[in-house]
Amino acid sequence: MAEKVLMKGNEALAEAALRAGSRFYSGYPITPQTEILEYLSTRMAEVGGFFVQAESELCGINMVFGAAAAGARAFTTSSGPGYSLKQEGISYLAANDLPAVIIDVMRIGSGLGDIFMGQGDYWQLTRGGGHGDYRTIVLAPNSVQENVETVQLAFDLAEKYLHPVIIASDAGIGQMMEPVELPDFKDHDINKFDWAVRGCKEDEPMRACQNIYYAKHSTDYPEYLTKKYNDIEENEQRWESYQVEDAEVVLVAYGSSSRVAKDTVDTAREQGFKLGLIRPITLWPFPKKAFAEAKAAKAFCTVEVNILGQMVDDVKLATEGKFPVGFAGNFFAIPDPDEIIATAKALLK
Amino acid sequence: MAEVRLPKRIMNSGGWCQGCGHGVVVRLIAEVLDELGVADKAIAVEDVACGSMSMSGVLNCDAIMAAHGRPIPVANGAKGARPDSIVYAHLGDGSAYSIGSAELVHTALRGDNMTVIVVNNTVYGMTGGQMAPTTLPAEKTASSPKGKDADRYGVLNVVDLIGKLNATYIARGEIYDVASTAKTKAMIKKAFQNQIDNKGFSLVEVLAPCPTNLHMTPVQCKEFVHTEATKFFPLGEFVDK
Ligand code: SF4
Repeated sequence: MAEKVLMKGNEALAEAALRAGSRFYSGYPITPQTEILEYLSTRMAEVGGFFVQAESELCGINMVFGAAAAGARAFTTSSGPGYSLKQEGISYLAANDLPAVIIDVMRIGSGLGDIFMGQGDYWQLTRGGGHGDYRTIVLAPNSVQENVETVQLAFDLAEKYLHPVIIASDAGIGQMMEPVELPDFKDHDINKFDWAVRGCKEDEPMRACQNIYYAKHSTDYPEYLTKKYNDIEENEQRWESYQVEDAEVVLVAYGSSSRVAKDTVDTAREQGFKLGLIRPITLWPFPKKAFAEAKAAKAFCTVEVNILGQMVDDVKLATEGKFPVGFAGNFFAIPDPDEIIATAKALLK
Repeated sequence: MAEVRLPKRIMNSGGWCQGCGHGVVVRLIAEVLDELGVADKAIAVEDVACGSMSMSGVLNCDAIMAAHGRPIPVANGAKGARPDSIVYAHLGDGSAYSIGSAELVHTALRGDNMTVIVVNNTVYGMTGGQMAPTTLPAEKTASSPKGKDADRYGVLNVVDLIGKLNATYIARGEIYDVASTAKTKAMIKKAFQNQIDNKGFSLVEVLAPCPTNLHMTPVQCKEFVHTEATKFFPLGEFVDK
């Protein structure tokens, strides 16, 4: 039976991962994701899983790589600076067709940046971020309840495509308390995939977990890879539309800022200004299909917590450069509705 | 002619250079896995460098190729996911003692139950023989053509690095002749037996020739390892709990 409890976003993520059948976690402290590590440091043992506080994010992701190769539902968590360190392992996971879930509870800024709420990692999350030809599926929940549902989905998609999946949470959702319905526990069969290493009998062929380029394909590798990414782009775009059909300006926002953006749509409409909202739930693949619904739109405007408007280019691509695309952004907090409305109105001039 | 008997898990010879030590080490591992009766549940974790040629039709054993320097945490992950399997990391000195040194230190500090086999040939083999932390003083390499300046770079002995942490077993052997190879095999066997007995972290370093990058014949290189490398890397069992 599903239970309803009051939980912090980060802890709900952690609990939901266990309920999705994960029994392997390796992480490192960094604000604002540390509650996940702390929660699992005792909770993982209660469900009979493996927990380790690793010596670095590099170690954390490489342990996940080993566990994923052995067939486990494995995950790790971090925030901006630590996520950068995980890029090596994420590139290897992608290259080896290994399913795993990596959670980035975003903060703000490059380098050290700062520990407060931000959406500083859009570029590195959606462009691959590590070396080589790869991208990862990126899911962006915007509530504690959605955190919980997203973890299950993330593991399912990781296994469907044999690919790393990223959850782009943020300090806002991570730290907030909300009532949440926790799903029932699901079992994961570690022997579900024949490719997972486990030891082979003398007369059996060995399993080799390596670059798929070596392992399965050689000359047809580019074709294989292109198809994989095309399939994901075609099948996995996810979004929520709110008052989009008749909107003159459509806001585009995800995560914490989408909550304010949604309120802003209501406020603007009370004032007679027709705003709408597209909320990408997958940051990659970017939900290009959502933009077909914006039939009355004259302009689009992203709402983000960063300085350079990291999502603007994706909106321009999705709208084929036919419309002005504005950026209601703020480094220090989610822009307030008045600021967003003013920026959106200015686009119509 | 004496009959050539391959260990059960060895499928074929590898693509290593003539006189390379890696093939001997992989053969010893194969013999040990078979003698201990754990080959069926063994998982090898290889560094992307020369050692990983064992995955190309040499050793019939489930295997993971890890990023350079990361076989130890990857092996740790596989063991964590499948505690009943027998997991070992097989990597070179550059991987274990340079780029992967943090992971080595903390795995030994935690005393994680796994087996690590380091092949120390005093250089980076795969990239063409550059200087490593294990390169001997004055040894010429591709990135120390005038000889290693040991005052600046030092020489790293793994026993100094992790000997006082929580490893169960740390030993160093060579594969110079039949007798020394047999001793090294016994060390490798102990390192696996410890894992079977849940005793913790075991590391065996094997001094091995890389004739290609030391620009020597196989015989010269073997002699070099036996007489010169052992001055800085003495043989023996240093931790045995
Ligand atoms: S380069 Fe050195 S270590 Fe690599 S295969 Fe050749 S001899 Fe062996």
